[in-house]
Amino acid sequence: MKRILSLLAAAAIFATTSAQAADITLLNASYDPTRELYKDLGDGFAAQWKAKTGDTVTLNTSNGGSGAQARAVIDGLQADIVTLALAADIDAIAKTAKLLPDDWQKKLPEASVPYTSTIVFLVRKGNPWKIKDWPDLVKPGIQVVTPNPKTSGGARWAYLAAWAYAEKAPGGNAGKAKEYVANLYHHVPVLDSGARGSTITFTKRGIGDVLLSWENEAQLALKESPGQYDVIYPSRSILAEPPVALVDKNVDRHKTRAVAEAFLNYLYTPEAQLIEAKDFYRPRDPVAAAKYKSQFPNIPLATVESDFGGWEKAQSTHFADGGVFDQIYQPGK
Amino acid sequence: MSGKFQNPTQDPLLLRIFLSLVAIGFVALFLVLPLLIVFKEALADGLGKAFAAIIEPDALSAVKLSLLAAGIAVPLNTVFGISAAWAVAKHDFSGKTILVTLIDLPFSVSPVVSGLIYVLVFGLQGWFGSYLLDHDIHILFALPGIVLATIFVTFPFVARELIPLMVDQGRDEEEAAISLGASGFSTFCRVTLPNIKWGLLYAVLLCNARALGEFGAVSVVSGHIRGQTNTMPLHVELLYNNYDYVGAFAVAALLALLALLTLVFKTILEWRYADELAAMHRH
Repeated sequence: MKRILSLLAAAAIFATTSAQAADITLLNASYDPTRELYKDLGDGFAAQWKAKTGDTVTLNTSNGGSGAQARAVIDGLQADIVTLALAADIDAIAKTAKLLPDDWQKKLPEASVPYTSTIVFLVRKGNPWKIKDWPDLVKPGIQVVTPNPKTSGGARWAYLAAWAYAEKAPGGNAGKAKEYVANLYHHVPVLDSGARGSTITFTKRGIGDVLLSWENEAQLALKESPGQYDVIYPSRSILAEPPVALVDKNVDRHKTRAVAEAFLNYLYTPEAQLIEAKDFYRPRDPVAAAKYKSQFPNIPLATVESDFGGWEKAQSTHFADGGVFDQIYQPGK
Repeated sequence: MSGKFQNPTQDPLLLRIFLSLVAIGFVALFLVLPLLIVFKEALADGLGKAFAAIIEPDALSAVKLSLLAAGIAVPLNTVFGISAAWAVAKHDFSGKTILVTLIDLPFSVSPVVSGLIYVLVFGLQGWFGSYLLDHDIHILFALPGIVLATIFVTFPFVARELIPLMVDQGRDEEEAAISLGASGFSTFCRVTLPNIKWGLLYAVLLCNARALGEFGAVSVVSGHIRGQTNTMPLHVELLYNNYDYVGAFAVAALLALLALLTLVFKTILEWRYADELAAMHRH
């Protein structure tokens, strides 16, 4: 057994030392729907970096539910950068594994959120159930598809969007919001672990009447299957802020700090902002925002900071073990 | 009774036809049809597209990784399986039943749990995590982790196949060889091994098929890095979730073809050596 282990270790060392100095690889641990986005951004950055330094950069990505990805990095996935669905998941990496400083969010502009998104409804073509706004989701017989808030970032944004709507609606309060959200999750037949899983459940497997989805994910589904779905913007939703961060301990070990930092800064450049807008993420840059204005309807958006007191509080109130979500959702009921 | 002669040990003709139809219908509906659909979907956009999906770099790397993982796991489990079967069948020692029970463990434990075991041991927050990291040894989310997970789930195949076979054959031939002056090693090579060769080959084929197809345990320890730590089954999942259905089914078809190849090989063996195999599969 010892011999086997040393053989395996030798194989591992061989695998890690075979990279050349001029061939740099970065590993990006990302959340579920960014597969297409980071492929485009990786290509754009590689071209720029090659012109500037002559080095070839390859951006490898690993995709999965945001919480699951944070867990993998905590368990030792050698990610140079993390681009997750919400700040709480990167906080978890900072707190549990101490791979990056607690104030990571201050290291980059816009609180480390280069692009934003929101939560919308994806319905089947022609909107047969006439779903217009949040109250329509809890009508009798409607099936709602959304991932599991325990593992998926998009699902937590969707949950908070629903909560904020019910709390702010005329006559609404925290009690009404809890009641509405509990009712909403009774209409969910299946909780996938990640946003893309839910999209596939809704589109390919044909389950459910409405998908609670990232705006970018809904727009992408529309592009992939033209004429099969409609995107519905509710009367209000939430400003979803997926942050990015450098995994300090990992980049120092891989000696990739310079290029990883350059990549994260690249995400804010006008060129990258156009790529993000093209892939249906709401850009920060006014030029890109103006160019893709028609793609991003302006609706009132709640924010985690002002409506929920920040992610730390939202996470512990709603999604921690024994939190509100655990109180309202019992599988099979 | 109708006046006709009927073999008393044979069921009525109608019942036999009915049972055969049920069996064939079941196999067709639940095995052949889905398999055909995999190939149909893979070829939905033509052979060229399917082929392109297989020779694309990420897919090739997944194929290589799967073959490499199986290439390491299967020989190790073969050596282990023969040793374990040899020990159990030909020797008496205390704790034998415990060993046999332990060999069965991977069959009864969910593959996800087997993956998590390695996360707990080799993960950064696990027992050896920080030691391994300080020495730049990558086990989890790299090839060694994938190999370990594959070894774990395919661990019982060879031993499980050989133990009943070797117990059945008894120790007489070995005892005769030893008493005629043969050494332990040459007894093993010239008496035991020839006796078990077909059973062994059969077990290795099964073990290999499972090693190539393992999803759950490998999924936990892989890290899902595109083009690096995705095995073929994981690559199929990735492509499916990327809206690349033709690609997903093309790689799935390749995986199915490898399995079918194993099956064909096994059938040829059975047909060519039917008598010998029948003698071995009495139990």
